[in-house]
Amino acid sequence: MVELSTVKPEEFIPGWEMVIGLEVHCELKTQTKLFCGCRNTFGAEPNTNVCPVCLGLPGSLPVINEKAVELAIRIGLSLNCEIIESIFHRKNYFYPDMPKDYQISQYERAINENGFLDLPITGKQVRIERAHIEEDTGKSTHLGGEGGRIHGATHSLVDYNRAGIPLVEIVSAPDLRSSDEAREYVAELRSILLSCGASDGKMEEGSLRVDANVSVRRSGSDQFGTRCEIKNLNSLRSLTRAIAYEARRQVELIESGGAVIQQTRHFNEDQGITSAMRSKEEAYDYRYFPEPDLVPLGFTSEQIEEIRSHIGMLPAQRRQRLLGFFEASPTESTYDQVVTAVSLSLDDLVVAAIESGADPRLALARATNEIAGEIERIDSVSSTNFAALVKLESEGKLSATQAKKVLSQMLETGSSPLEIAKSLGFEALDESATEEFLDQVISNSPSEWERFKLGEDQLSGFFVGQVMKLSRGKADGKVVTGLLQAKRAI
Amino acid sequence: MSFSTVGMSASEIASKVRTGEVSALEVAQEHIDLIKQHDSLLNAYLHITEDLALRQAKRVDEKIKNGEDPGLLAGVPIGLKDNLATRGIATTCASQILKDWKPPYDATVLEKIYKSGAVAIGKTNLDEFAMGSSTENSSYVTTKNPYDLSRVPGGSSGGSAASVAARFTPLALGSDTGGSIRQPAALCGIVGVKPTYGMVSRYGLLAFASSLDQIGPFAHNVADAALLLKVISGHDDKDSTSLSVDLPDFTSQVGAPIDGLRVGIVTELIEGAAPEVRKAVLAAAGVLAASGAKVDHVSVPAVTYGLSAYYLIAPAEASSNLARYDGVRYGLRIEGQDMNETYVLSRTKGFGPEVKRRIMLGTFALSSGYYDAYYGRAQKVRTMIINSFAQAYENFDVLLSPTAPTTAFEIGAKAQDPLSMYLSDVCTIPTNLAGHPAMSVPYGLGENEMPIGVQVMAPALGEANMFRIAAAIESKAPAITRKVFWQ
Repeated sequence: MVELSTVKPEEFIPGWEMVIGLEVHCELKTQTKLFCGCRNTFGAEPNTNVCPVCLGLPGSLPVINEKAVELAIRIGLSLNCEIIESIFHRKNYFYPDMPKDYQISQYERAINENGFLDLPITGKQVRIERAHIEEDTGKSTHLGGEGGRIHGATHSLVDYNRAGIPLVEIVSAPDLRSSDEAREYVAELRSILLSCGASDGKMEEGSLRVDANVSVRRSGSDQFGTRCEIKNLNSLRSLTRAIAYEARRQVELIESGGAVIQQTRHFNEDQGITSAMRSKEEAYDYRYFPEPDLVPLGFTSEQIEEIRSHIGMLPAQRRQRLLGFFEASPTESTYDQVVTAVSLSLDDLVVAAIESGADPRLALARATNEIAGEIERIDSVSSTNFAALVKLESEGKLSATQAKKVLSQMLETGSSPLEIAKSLGFEALDESATEEFLDQVISNSPSEWERFKLGEDQLSGFFVGQVMKLSRGKADGKVVTGLLQAKRAI
Repeated sequence: MSFSTVGMSASEIASKVRTGEVSALEVAQEHIDLIKQHDSLLNAYLHITEDLALRQAKRVDEKIKNGEDPGLLAGVPIGLKDNLATRGIATTCASQILKDWKPPYDATVLEKIYKSGAVAIGKTNLDEFAMGSSTENSSYVTTKNPYDLSRVPGGSSGGSAASVAARFTPLALGSDTGGSIRQPAALCGIVGVKPTYGMVSRYGLLAFASSLDQIGPFAHNVADAALLLKVISGHDDKDSTSLSVDLPDFTSQVGAPIDGLRVGIVTELIEGAAPEVRKAVLAAAGVLAASGAKVDHVSVPAVTYGLSAYYLIAPAEASSNLARYDGVRYGLRIEGQDMNETYVLSRTKGFGPEVKRRIMLGTFALSSGYYDAYYGRAQKVRTMIINSFAQAYENFDVLLSPTAPTTAFEIGAKAQDPLSMYLSDVCTIPTNLAGHPAMSVPYGLGENEMPIGVQVMAPALGEANMFRIAAAIESKAPAITRKVFWQ
């Protein structure tokens, strides 16, 4: 699941600044793989979702999946990129999970270039250098060694189901300055990828994977330090932890007289540390050259506009839509809740509830507090049921505490709020039943009633409290107050 | 069967099978018997696909019995270069690294010829991974020239050329990356065609150099070659580089008038050829002029850089295409202490010296720091060659040159000298770099009684004129009277 950005920017070591650039690999939500007709699914039996093309068998040839290209362009347009006539390159290196021992990727002339992304909270603009199409590799499992790594392993198993899954790699400029900015960037990017329909954004299934390029420099410097690349960060939590650790490591190294070596590093989630995988000297020479088995991808502006018309509402527009239900200058906490609602894709739910008459503030609060905490169960709450719940609360038929309890059961069972409220005994009393209780209280407390009639308004609370007690909390306080006023006027 | 179909043209066999004069099964059996009897001397075949052939022949006979159309190549025996993927049948590229590898699918061209009733007789020998000009680089056997067993058949499709020349099959399929169909066709005295790049699907052709490779036909005569090309050409959704164009009827070009067609003899390509070869090309030009074509000499200066550019581009692509042969998933695997050692041992043992040489060359040409100077510059030369041809084709419909600078050389003569071997392809390489069609037509015998080939080149999709001119040469060319080794 996605963790929320609730932590304030950490204090980095005084006198130092982080410089971070991110490479985000996004699996595209296509029916089939990038170059063949095999299904694009997750979790199938190993090596069952393969064919001569994605296995790279001799003589097989790749044919580009048009839907993947369309989704890649949607990403580019959503990130304000230029869509250019692009070509594919081969990235050559030997590894068992690469069926052809080269990866088909884009190198020079990527399909999307020179875009940007605006961070919603800090308002910072992060430049996007490129967002290019490439094929995923298979998945290796190394056995017999330590921590599942190849060093020391006795043997390795390879699953080629993932080989040839379409990816778009989104490369940011080194514009990020803290692990929190990095987190905010990935959360917003994920939200954009979901909104434009290109990805399901499931980080835990690896459909979004992040490599972080991290370097440090003295505050005020405009030079870049030597960077390290941390590979394969699979959650926002790992991302922030890995960056924070790595930046600190680099500062400590430099301050103790050492120098950062450009290298690729691995983040160990259990220990919370990064360690070297390979250095620049050991880096592969990928021998890129244009892929002769594929032809260039070119598009007319009409085709691009057609693709643009299929892009849904993007996060920035979604936030505007939601903010429209609040006062012109929302409080910081309202704004943060709006950002959260959009980044967790809860905004449609909230808007539907508001539009059916629920109180905006309550709807937003229930979504970003209660639902966000159990976001993995979101599918069990229909938008009608959510709207009904918030309306019950807005109308005073459920107290805040009751509403939270009902919502929690809704997430668990998927039942309607009325059913749950009934089963919990939260069903509000109707007016005549409430009046009976009130009459009982009045006859039991004649002196208080006289004083109230004479103008001691503060006694209203006493009566409401007594009615609540008698009705075991089922009465609606507002109804009691209304009845009190009516009876005093007689 | 009161007559033999051995030596008959493909169209003749197809017509006799169709009319029931002979059954496809009889034709297949007769050719297989001939191969079994004589191929131990020739080594055209790496393996005979007898079961498949007999099954296919029976199916053709059944179709005829049921009144169904058996196809253009009904019952015609055909040899398949062993770099074409055949489902369930070993496809080795004449390499140890693919010894016994059986593909789970058929190449698109094979689906096409099977549908048209052709009968696959066997997989023919080649230079390992199609790298060579003599078929001496096969890791299994060396194919001989059917006219003189001490000489090479040319290469890399030497097995296919030898099969057709020896009358083992009337047709064969080869692949041409730098001349690998045309040069052996010339050395064996038959017709060989490299079509326009993209005209024939490469799906199922085990790649050597993807931007240059093209599958094409071998036949005894131009008409049969045109017929086979008609069957195998056309767009294929499985090959992104395959063209979607309306193709002319190649077969109707044979015998069509050539009046007014402009033929240019390429000065640069005729200069380095042996005198007997040069003489044959000029004689062929004379035949064309006498038949109404306008013949002249033309300079295409950039073709002289073809060889150098080719030996950077082709190895570069090969170094990448052949990376997958690593012992991990299929083919030869020599277990090492770790992953890297397994790679190294498998590839060291699995590849022969010429393949290694080209992988090294290509790897170097693509290396960071050298890319611009080698691969990058070679691509610029490639563009120059395309432009140079384009200029020539402003004034000419087809171009003429030798196919190979010499006739078939002795086995072993160039085996130790890669550079002189590479020169065998000097006339054929430029059209691969340009993506143009070209073919070799036999034009008599040279001084040592070995066949000579004349190359007819045309601009992209210019096959119609190419076949028309080739047929005109063929109709007046001196007959090859010499018998092949078993006759």
